[in-house]
Amino acid sequence: MALVDDHVHPQHGHADAHHEESFLRKYVFSQDHKWIGIQYGFTALVFLLFGFTLMMMMRWALAFPGKPMPILGGLLFQASGGVMPPEFYNQLGAMHGTIMVFLGIVPLAVGAFGNYLVPLQIGAPDMAFPKLNMSSYWLYFCGGVTMLGSFFMPGGAAQSGWTSYPPLSDIAPPGQTMWLVGMLFLIFSSLLGSANFIVTIIQLRAPGLTWMRLPFFVWAQFVTSFLLLLAFPALQAAGMLQLMDRVFGTSFFLPSGLVVSGQHLTVSGGGSPLLWQHLFWFLAHPEVYVLILPAFGIIGEVIANNTRKPLWGYKSMVYAVSFLGFMSFIVWAHHMFMTGMGTVMSTFFQTTTMIISIPSVIVLTAMLISLWGGSIRFNTPMLFALAFLPMFAIGGLTGLPLGLAPTDIHLHDTYYVIGHFHYVVAPGTIFAMFAGIYFWFPKLTGRKMNETLGKIHFWPSLIAINCIFMPMFIQGLAGVSRRLYDGGQSYMHAKDISAATNPFMSYAAWALGVAQIAFIINLFWSIKKGQKVGSNPWEATTLEWAATTSPPLAHGNFEEIPEVHRGPYDYSLPGASRDFTPQNQLQEA
Amino acid sequence: MEIPYTTETRPDTGLYNAKLGIWLFLASEVMLFGSLFSSYILLRTGAPAWPHGRAPEIGLSVPLATINTMVLIASSVTMVLAWASLKLKDFAKYRMYMLFTILAGFAFMGIKSYEYATKFEHHHFPKTSTFFAIYFTLTGLHGLHVLGGMIVNGYFWGPGAKMWKTDPERFTNRIEVAGLYWHFVDLVWIFLFPVLYLL
Amino acid sequence: MSAHDDPESIRREVKAYITVFVSLAVLTVLTVAVSYFHMPVGLAVLVALVIATFKGSLVAAVFMHLRAEKKLIYWVLVLTVIFFIVLMSIPSISQWDQRMLR
Repeated sequence: MALVDDHVHPQHGHADAHHEESFLRKYVFSQDHKWIGIQYGFTALVFLLFGFTLMMMMRWALAFPGKPMPILGGLLFQASGGVMPPEFYNQLGAMHGTIMVFLGIVPLAVGAFGNYLVPLQIGAPDMAFPKLNMSSYWLYFCGGVTMLGSFFMPGGAAQSGWTSYPPLSDIAPPGQTMWLVGMLFLIFSSLLGSANFIVTIIQLRAPGLTWMRLPFFVWAQFVTSFLLLLAFPALQAAGMLQLMDRVFGTSFFLPSGLVVSGQHLTVSGGGSPLLWQHLFWFLAHPEVYVLILPAFGIIGEVIANNTRKPLWGYKSMVYAVSFLGFMSFIVWAHHMFMTGMGTVMSTFFQTTTMIISIPSVIVLTAMLISLWGGSIRFNTPMLFALAFLPMFAIGGLTGLPLGLAPTDIHLHDTYYVIGHFHYVVAPGTIFAMFAGIYFWFPKLTGRKMNETLGKIHFWPSLIAINCIFMPMFIQGLAGVSRRLYDGGQSYMHAKDISAATNPFMSYAAWALGVAQIAFIINLFWSIKKGQKVGSNPWEATTLEWAATTSPPLAHGNFEEIPEVHRGPYDYSLPGASRDFTPQNQLQEA
Repeated sequence: MEIPYTTETRPDTGLYNAKLGIWLFLASEVMLFGSLFSSYILLRTGAPAWPHGRAPEIGLSVPLATINTMVLIASSVTMVLAWASLKLKDFAKYRMYMLFTILAGFAFMGIKSYEYATKFEHHHFPKTSTFFAIYFTLTGLHGLHVLGGMIVNGYFWGPGAKMWKTDPERFTNRIEVAGLYWHFVDLVWIFLFPVLYLL
Repeated sequence: MSAHDDPESIRREVKAYITVFVSLAVLTVLTVAVSYFHMPVGLAVLVALVIATFKGSLVAAVFMHLRAEKKLIYWVLVLTVIFFIVLMSIPSISQWDQRMLR
């Protein structure tokens, strides 16, 4: 795929414009943020598809517990007559979560979208540290391969949940060690990447691009990078400690007197399982904001462009996400209300958790109000963006009873939690990712994706996704626990509700899988056969549309570094000749 | 197109890119070592008994660690003097100070290796107790950071020093940035030493 | 680059480096000496950390040039210190108010 062409746009005074880059240097070890963004994007989409497949397998066990699985059952579960063993279900559960969060969404949201768009939107020729950028991608790739390799270890892949709680994870089969090693790679990749983003945004903004003229997408990426930079080290440390426990026999997380399968463990003891939980959630709570902030950014861009109006409350949104980022560091123990926490700590964390819901509401409200009086264009990106709003609202609202300890007592570790976080991440973030792919595809390729296929992708996905996750709230309220390999069949209180809902949800999940085929076909077909467009097909105002040459974009992005003269969303400016005024355009005469 | 502000400073921030970059990286390192220190506190305060570093059953050598502390502090001075020499355009002095910094690193690692070896001889391993677990983990991670710094400094003393001829300002900046990392590694040890050996 | 690039300023800085080096050496000896006095654990920890913090501040302010650094770096560090303090509160959160798991 030749998306970068040095010969069409010769750069002034550019030292290497006249020598051919080898294939390896251009496409494998590229230092161009656009190609690295595409590498991240493609890799992340493959991981997302794989993680999705794992879930589709889980849904068989949930819908038809104890029944042999068609096709795959014969291949994978010969020893148990085609029936998925419980240990395998646990592997699917742990890996589905890990892959979706760490190998799929964050690399897509930050590594792909962030990498590709941030330098363009700020008028920079590349990221501040192109070589570091390249290393970030390859560290991610190695981490991902290591994680997937864990499936081939004796005993299988990691199977202690994506949360890897000890003591279970300390004594789990070898796959868990690979999970930890993979995690170390991924975190290192992230740390380098986030420093790169922050320096780029602070130092490489084009002349005239003041902070309050930044596209909201860039603000979102900026806050996200701080979260990654300062929160991930806690999990890096925890991962190292768990590796020490597993490989060197330490007892960081193993309490004294632990008995496993009737045998006392011959370890020194004296450790604390709670220590892991604190360090893990110190990262993992900011991590969920890492999952949503780039989505907010994308939705903001798509809404402004497709309402032909500036975003309402831009300043409030900027302050809101900054405040959100800060608060995200002091709410983590709301994941730990059930660990024997006293009332003082519990009160503190409930309070901060309630406070942190406010900025999200501000952002969502501002986006909703932005629709008012707009000339709305219902193209595919906008459909996904519009759907995001109520879907994220459901996800956010269902978080409230989880953030309050008295209700969390009943809902913790039930399907209610799974429903809550999937609503924010699946019809939330992933819909935003789709919106972004449809929206920025023309910038990458010079062609639009097909609108009909887009709608065939959108509507069934929206319906199916609600059919999967809405019943989970009911299951959770009825007391169906998470991580049950038979979906609750062994429990008196759970088996009826599970039998009534699980098959329906599984059919919806498989339907959701089928709906993605339209997207996959559209993506590949449109690269070669999509409708050809110019450099600004959506008539947008931000620099990536307005100032760059026609796609495919060359090294250096801009023939000349643009000068910015206005805010990011000067749509329908009174007295202007067009309904959009690009950021780099001087005052009208 | 060249990336702006790799050497010259951006007017409104007053910084060149790599300096901001390294401080951000150091901020993440503060959180990394902070997590381990926090773990140390949690494990120690939660333990019914916690041995003193000097206790005979532990046998940490305060004299050796004190020497190591001095070694690292000295290397920190020579590191910043190496940078100052470049600012004064004295490349020969730079090489001398940088060499000393690298050799000090070797000395530190040498003493550390000796310490570890004596521990292993006495059958004191990370799995022996939570004290040794956190001792080896904290000093081990710190040691890896020292090693990393030595490799970077070695590169800048050796093949990387070519840049002094082609782009002296950029090279000086690189030494400043490497120095900031090295000082941080010294700073972590300044806390590690009393916490593990003296308390 | 910086306003203090002239040889005279550098030489004054070098003087400061040497002074700090000597101070650090003295403080190290002090840390070790103090540790041999018998005092309650809490006080010993406090004294050791106070001296270490002072030593660290010298390294940061002088060797790492923080005393002359730009505002942006300060703000990054202030943010980091705040979150560092939150991180260091984990042991107390974990143990002070616990009802069951100790």
